[in-house]
This record gives sequence, structure tokens and C-alpha cells, in this order.
Amino acid sequence: MEPILEVTNLSKNFGGLAAVSGINMKIDKGQLVGLIGPNGAGKTTFFNLLTGVYEPSEGLIELNVDNKKKQIGGMKPYKITELGLARTFQNIRLFKSMTVLENVKLAMHKNAGYGLPSALLRTSKYYNAERWIEEKACEYLQEVGLYRKRNELATNLPYGEQRRLEIARALATEPVILFLDEPAAGMNPQETEDLTQLIYHLRDKYKLTIVLIEHDMSLVMNLCEHIFVLNYGQLIAHGTPEEIKNNEFVIKAYLGEEI
Amino acid sequence: MAKQLYSKSNMIWAVLVIFIFSLVQVLISMGVINSYYESTIFTICINMILAVSLNLIVGICGQFSLGHAGFMAIGAYCAGIVTRMIPNYGGMILGILIGFAISSIAALIVSIPTLRLRGDYLAIVTLGFSEIIRICIQNMKITNGAAGLTGIPKLTTWPILFVALVVSIIVVTNFIHSVPGRAALAINDDEIAAEAMGVNTTKYKVMAFVVGAILASLAGSLFANYFYVLNPNQFTFNKSIDILVIVVFGGMGSISASVLSAIVIGILNMYLQQFTDIRMIIYGAALVLMMIFRPQGILGNWEFSIERLLKKRAAKKEAA
Repeated sequence: MEPILEVTNLSKNFGGLAAVSGINMKIDKGQLVGLIGPNGAGKTTFFNLLTGVYEPSEGLIELNVDNKKKQIGGMKPYKITELGLARTFQNIRLFKSMTVLENVKLAMHKNAGYGLPSALLRTSKYYNAERWIEEKACEYLQEVGLYRKRNELATNLPYGEQRRLEIARALATEPVILFLDEPAAGMNPQETEDLTQLIYHLRDKYKLTIVLIEHDMSLVMNLCEHIFVLNYGQLIAHGTPEEIKNNEFVIKAYLGEEI
Repeated sequence: MAKQLYSKSNMIWAVLVIFIFSLVQVLISMGVINSYYESTIFTICINMILAVSLNLIVGICGQFSLGHAGFMAIGAYCAGIVTRMIPNYGGMILGILIGFAISSIAALIVSIPTLRLRGDYLAIVTLGFSEIIRICIQNMKITNGAAGLTGIPKLTTWPILFVALVVSIIVVTNFIHSVPGRAALAINDDEIAAEAMGVNTTKYKVMAFVVGAILASLAGSLFANYFYVLNPNQFTFNKSIDILVIVVFGGMGSISASVLSAIVIGILNMYLQQFTDIRMIIYGAALVLMMIFRPQGILGNWEFSIERLLKKRAAKKEAA
């Protein structure tokens, strides 16, 4: 099977520090992929490279768009999003002054299909598009169970719901790959369980490939089909959860070595 | 589409607008509003257009601009020069359109390089830009230099001004409640997240800036054709600050606030004119007090909405 995302020899240096160096990775379509590693291993930097926040110092990131490989390394974030790569943030970044519904509507921006003239003149195109956006946004909110809170300000939601809203917002960009940066951070076991179910459900319903960074090992081991382990900016292991559990490099990275 | 356009709330708005228009029109023709009050009302309306358009840039999109007087000057001089040559309404429309063209080109030149950056670069660049405009006007032959233009035909009448005001407000409100407007609001909230959601941030910042600049130029044209004298000193940095004060005083991000605040400050100015010596002191003190007790402005980002009022009434009826 063709991989949907292929990373070749990807590096990022900040001055003399190699935050990410020489990473090779292939992600298959429809997979649930975990990315783990100790603090400071370069996971978020790696995410930021893939989503266009940083420009790679070296290496290729190739996304499979309509069966053609497209190099996306160094592209602007909004262009990468248009190609079908969406993300959530480790430190939640919702639009605080907007309502829950407006947050999702904003993300549907690329498919709105009308421009400034229609907006200013309020043509029928504008009304039809706005109606469609509203319906579709409500659909996404139902998916994550926030429909009833659609008119509340995003900032007034409890923490767990803000995380779910971020997922709904990312979904609304109609991605093929969804990147979740620590989706379960700060959640209690029940919320984590609900999140696991939600991720399975979304993957199946929207035919998504999901990549997640997570520190909650039980979640990663349960959910992910393939796991990549980073340490000091390098890929030290990858494989199924079973293989990772028994990998000696991974154990060393997490528990340290005997002296 | 027709159903939404002729919705109950829009109809109430239309009635309200026509009522305000006819009220002032009747009072002017009956002579109740003398020329002194008339010029106050006209100044307030022109300031409303300026404040609403600046609010689009500063309050909605979150880009700090200090050069609104520059765009106003472009509009004013274009209208002034053209109507002196063609002293009729055709000339006025032509002047306004030339103002639109020049101000939008100027806005593009200023904004495309600066709005790609984050932060307060725009404030510095627009500040410099409006000074450049002023100094150009001061040294050009066609604008009659520092002496300025006189004898511009007085073509701005109440109906024209009022229509321009209503159109400006509709343009800005329609902008806000659409895809570009949501993008602008999102950029104001969190630029990184907006970009990650597929928003081309530079494009929408430039869009908001250009629409704001065009409306400022419209206000300038109307100004020139009402006060019939123009000189470069009317468009200094102080003018930009005056407009910014109206926006901040009312509340950033709320159109109704800018409208209300233009009225309040206009009336305040009218009464303070008798105390020329202490006018600026009172004005400054009022602003300081405002910032201490209500830093978000009179209305904050609250927006007056007839639709919401109707919904509330319907909900009350249902409950009863």
C-alpha cells in the first residue's frame, strides 16, 4: 500500500541544537499512529515541521495528494491545511472571543466558496453558503458532543470540552491526516476513555489517518497500531505496541541505564 | 435569499434608518437645525464613517493602524481637485472613485510588506505613511501646497452623507458576518491557530486594511465637499489619533460602539468649543477616567442587534 505521508531524512536545527535530526518515517493510510518520547525529545518540533510552523533545515516531507507525491516541507501552514493536514495544539489555541459554533465555522473557511463581493452584497450565493456552513458545523459539533453548547463562548468551556472542540475544529477543515498534540493531557481516566472511543469513531467515519503525540502510555498502547519513539531528536524505534514495550532502546530512554 | 433579505429585523432596521433620515431632513428644512448644528451633525457622521472603518482594521482584525488620516486626505484631495474642475455631482462621484483607486493602491503598497509580519510594525509604517502623504500634499502644485485648496463646491448634502454612512456601516457589518470577517476575528484572537485552520492570514489582513482605507477615503471626499476648504494641516497625526480615540472610547470590535462614541465625542466637542483653553485638558481627563473605570470602552465588544431583541421577545412570549 502507498504510504500517505513519507518523511525522508528530516532535520531541524536551532542554532547549534539539532532538535530533530535525520528522521525517516512512513505512515500508511487509515493508520492510528503514536509518537512518543521523553520530554524534550523533539516531538512537537517534529509536528511543527510537518504542519508548516517551522521550515525544515534538511529533508523531505511528502504527502500523497490524489496519488501524487507532493513535497510540503517549508510550505505555509494554511497551504498545508488546504492539502488536507489538520492539527490540534498542545496548549489549546481556540479563538477565545468566538462562540463554539463560530470556532468550527472558521475552520470551514477553505470550502466556503464565496468571496468578498458576495459577502458585501449578500448575494444568494452568500446565504446558501452560510446555511451550508452552519449545518455542517453543527454536524461536527454533534460528532464531539458539543452541539448543545454551540452558542457558548469557547473560553467558557471546561478543559476537556475545549480539547474536544479543538478536534471538531480540526475536523472541519476536512483533513486526510489529523495530528493530535497531547489530546489527553490533563484529562481524567473517564475522559480519556471517551476520547479513545471518539478517536476510533472519527477515524472510521471520516476515513482519517491519525497521528498523535501522547504521554499517557495506556492510551497510546491501547489505541495506536504503530508507534514511533523519538529521543534527543532521533527516531530510536518504531513498531507495534508489543514490539515497543519490549524494545531495549525505548526502555533505556524512559528508565535510564544502569551505571 | 429574498426571505432572508426581507427578514423582520432587516425591515425594522430599514424603518429606523428612514425615520432618522427624515427627522434630520425635516428639521433642517424647517430651520430648527441651524448651520452651526448642521455642521456638528455632518462632522459626527463623517467621524462615524472614519471610526467604523478604523474599527474594522483595529478592533476586528487586530492590526494597529495610525495612518487613517492619510487615507482620508487622499479622498479629500481627490474630491477637492476633481470637483473644482467639474463642479457637479458627476464630478463628485468621479472624485470619490479616483480617491478609492488611489487609496486602495496606497493601502496595498503599505500593507502587503508589513502585514506579513506579526506585531506592531503596521503602527510604525502607517504612521510614517500618513506623514508622507501629508508632506506630498504640502509640496505638490496640484494640491496648492501648504496654502491648501479653497472654493471647493459644497456638494455634500444630508441625503448624500446619510446614504454614504449607511452604506459604509452595511459594508463593514456584512464583512464581519462572512468568511473574510470570521477570518479577521480569528487572526485577532490567535494568528497561529488561524493559520493552522487554513486561513491565509496575510490575505485577510490586507483585505480588511484595504476596505478600511477605501471607506476612510470616502469620508475624506464627503468632508472636502462639505467644508469647501482643505489644507494639509487638517490631516496630521492628531487626526489619526482623534479617530482612534473614538474607536477605543466606544469599544474595539463593536460597530454600534463606534457609532455611539462618535456621537458622544461630537457633542462633547461641541460644548467644549466654548472653553478653547481647557478643552484639551477636559478631553484628556475624560479619556483617562474612561481608561481607569471602563478600559474596554463604553460598550466593549457588545453589539446592538435587532435580531437578538426579537428572539428574546419571542422567547419571553413562549415562556408566558
